[in-house]
Amino acid sequence: MSELLRFATAGSVDDGKSTLIGRLLYDSKAIFEDQMEAVERSSEAMGAEYVNLALLTDGLRAEREQGITIDVAYRYFATPRRKFIIADTPGHIQYTRNMVTGASTADLALVLVDARKGLVEQSRRHAFLASLLRIPHLVLCVNKMDLVDWSEDRFEEIKSEFRAFATKLDITDLAFVPVSALHGDNVVTRSPNSPWYEGSSLLHHLEEVHIASDRNLIDARFPVQYVIRPQSNEWHDYRGYAGMVAGGVMKPGDEVMVLPSGFTSTVAAIETMDGPLDEAPTGQSVTVRLADEIDVSRGDMICRPANQPHVGQDIDAMVCWMSEVAPLSGRDKLVIKHTTRVAKALVKNVQYRLDVNTLHRDEVASSLSLNEIGRVQLRTTVPLFFDEYRRNRTTGSFILIDEASNTTVGAGMILGPSAAVGA
Amino acid sequence: MSTTYELSHLRVLESESIHIIREVAAEFERPVLLFSGGKDSIVMLRLAEKAFWPARIPFPVMHIDTGHNFAEVMEFRDRRVAELGVKLVVASVQASIDAGRVVEETGPRASRNRLQTTALLDGIEEHRFDAAFGGARRDEEKARAKERVYSFRDDFGQWDPKNQRPELWSLYNGRHKPGEHIRVFPLSNWTELDIWQYIAAEDVAIPSIYYAHRREVFRRDGMLLAVTEHLTPGEGEEIVEMTVRYRTVGDATITGAVESNAATVEQVIEEVAATRLTERGATRADDRVTEAAMEDRKKEGYF
Repeated sequence: MSELLRFATAGSVDDGKSTLIGRLLYDSKAIFEDQMEAVERSSEAMGAEYVNLALLTDGLRAEREQGITIDVAYRYFATPRRKFIIADTPGHIQYTRNMVTGASTADLALVLVDARKGLVEQSRRHAFLASLLRIPHLVLCVNKMDLVDWSEDRFEEIKSEFRAFATKLDITDLAFVPVSALHGDNVVTRSPNSPWYEGSSLLHHLEEVHIASDRNLIDARFPVQYVIRPQSNEWHDYRGYAGMVAGGVMKPGDEVMVLPSGFTSTVAAIETMDGPLDEAPTGQSVTVRLADEIDVSRGDMICRPANQPHVGQDIDAMVCWMSEVAPLSGRDKLVIKHTTRVAKALVKNVQYRLDVNTLHRDEVASSLSLNEIGRVQLRTTVPLFFDEYRRNRTTGSFILIDEASNTTVGAGMILGPSAAVGA
Repeated sequence: MSTTYELSHLRVLESESIHIIREVAAEFERPVLLFSGGKDSIVMLRLAEKAFWPARIPFPVMHIDTGHNFAEVMEFRDRRVAELGVKLVVASVQASIDAGRVVEETGPRASRNRLQTTALLDGIEEHRFDAAFGGARRDEEKARAKERVYSFRDDFGQWDPKNQRPELWSLYNGRHKPGEHIRVFPLSNWTELDIWQYIAAEDVAIPSIYYAHRREVFRRDGMLLAVTEHLTPGEGEEIVEMTVRYRTVGDATITGAVESNAATVEQVIEEVAATRLTERGATRADDRVTEAAMEDRKKEGYF
């Protein structure tokens, strides 16, 4: 059985990020000849001396014309062990917004540093955002090792500098790989140039890193997405609650509680078109039938009576602001989408703004501009059923939508219920 | 030993797609599923069937009919629609031509590919669809690699790649104003190989032209085009009978076949895993026009 691993990369052309991705794709045979020929032709037309692998991912006309990456690009490759989805985000333009988007679904973050330059502001920022978005695994790739003569001392120096910085963050699993993306050292296979390095090649690490237990398999959460009522003679009284398991494992026979009503019942069956299931873990789309006829609709949450999420209208969250039009300030009214619930939210206040480079908290700040991140207090029109984002990335996340333009303007990670509910 | 509750990559992709399809059914008033009879839309239709089982799919399917169809594909379409008991809407390019909405291209390289956009947008407008599911995948083409799962379209059906809504976690924003709509791509994260592995694992029926068969073809622009009532070879283009199969199914006049002996789904998977050409690069004349051909068509409202 082959597993799926999603990872996010970030950085600028200078880090050799595109070269590294190009190398992974090329060596795993995910780049096709016609794509390679098109890239060769374009590189030549642009007067480049070498084949610019960045052109493989920069697909839009404006990107090729300006030589920049505008948006998150998704790339795919597979080895016999795993299928990989890369969310490749640009390092400069709209950096935070794109990195947060790409990181929101990632199992692993790949941060690149140039061995000659060591840690720079951008590498710290990548690591911080990976930790904020709670990507469980981080790999620091020290690239261009050939340009520092494969110096073990240099590698160790960068490693300890990063380790010192990482203690300020919440990173559970950290790995370091010395590579030369241009020459392919330690990318797919271990390189003879680094006999002192005892770890695995980057690809081997991506294939082996243990991700199955990253999910929350303890707190059963099932946000009801859609009510299935066939209204046919064959399935006359059928009533099933469709959705994706958002936490824990659902099993037939489980005693459950439905929020907001608080009614309890038991899981009669977990069904799919392929037949009933004995259990459904986080991430699986199923249909749940309950033993009792109770009123359940979209936006409700099925959980266990002894393990319930927070229920409330006052929420503290870290918010990444994504609007080019206007900043986020106190008294703003927005639409909030959280699991399968949609409500309105009032911004009570911005408690502080976080400097993503220094992690300094600016408590004087009262608004968040484009690409800024800060702690915000919200009050919603209806109760939400939520967990801390650190506990559950699905029931702990939300998006904010501007009602006038309908665009997505904010991404939120819930810290918890607001401690003091006041003005 | 404790169980790890691992899900295979196909199960993860399936769950993600079903989640997207249900989300649209819950939040939109008039969704429609675009069905071409090609393997991707067949898999998408299968996922829609699974999403609502044992109920019927709660929205119609729409076929953008260029009039240049493979007979096998049309039979397949009608059979599948009947099995599922869903309503079929046909938006016809011929009708757009007859109504004077578009002008047919002429010459030996004429195609109805661009004209599909008008038929598609007319169909969406006529039926007031507010969401249209498409079977596009991000691995197909580099403009598609940058497109969201929910792709917002303005009153003119246009896509603005520089002004896309951020899309985070599995929280989709489908809000729109009257007249605007959203294209939804539930297969965004699937690759060609995933589609074939799913067809094999789930025993999904697909039209016979995806498997090796004998056919009269001729070479044009490095592609093998089938001789049909709509397309005949020009001067110097020699007709040969070969064993071929199709990797994509589109308008018969611009979709190329590949030489292949892969007669079973397992053999197709072996071939796909070993191939060194993308499916669109190998078989679609429409993408060969310029490097940004797909991006340009999408901006106008194409699939």
